[in-house]
Amino acid sequence: MVRDRKTKIMFLCRQAPYGTIYAYEGLEVMLIFGAFEEDYTAVFVDDGVLDLKKDKDASGIEMKEFSTTYRVMEDYGIEKVYVDGESMKERGLTPEDFMIPVEVVDRNAIAKAMAEQDIVIPF
Amino acid sequence: MLHTVNKSPFDRSAFASCLATAQADDHILLIEDGVVAVMAGSKFEPAVKNALGKYKIHALGPDLKARGITKVVEGVEVCDYAGFVSLAADHVMCPWL
Repeated sequence: MVRDRKTKIMFLCRQAPYGTIYAYEGLEVMLIFGAFEEDYTAVFVDDGVLDLKKDKDASGIEMKEFSTTYRVMEDYGIEKVYVDGESMKERGLTPEDFMIPVEVVDRNAIAKAMAEQDIVIPF
Repeated sequence: MLHTVNKSPFDRSAFASCLATAQADDHILLIEDGVVAVMAGSKFEPAVKNALGKYKIHALGPDLKARGITKVVEGVEVCDYAGFVSLAADHVMCPWL
């Protein structure tokens, strides 16, 4: 089948890291999808904004430190990375707290991007 | 009494429910995603500050570090695993899952 355009896929990341496996699984899935060269958008809302917080050190809880891997998302073709501004602010965070450059957007912008997708994959 | 909370207050009602139930001089220990409650500047800072007048609030340091939480609300005591063990040994525990 010849397709006239790339499939638009959104990764919706809503969970804090470490307490559950969602954040880690989400990152793995994003990087796997990267191999297929479709059109990707990663959105971090609610506690998902904590996934991108810099200065993490998981050695004390004996878990795999995976957060630095977010830095390769761009190399894997995930170039649109949105952070919900409200979620960021209510956690006392600013864009400087994140380990990668992000676009801070509001819920309306997220809704608009969401409506353009073929698939939304939640984590 | 030692109350432990392991869920983010943004995600679940565990922390709010714990605060509503705890009695004066009880200890509250935040672990795992529960440590999100004591991030300085967060929406929950006023609730934490208010609670500090009534209870002793602790947060597990290794869980804070893992999440990159470098600033906690003033007055919150950061403890290590040994501190967790001694709190648990000294009190009846109520985990808010």
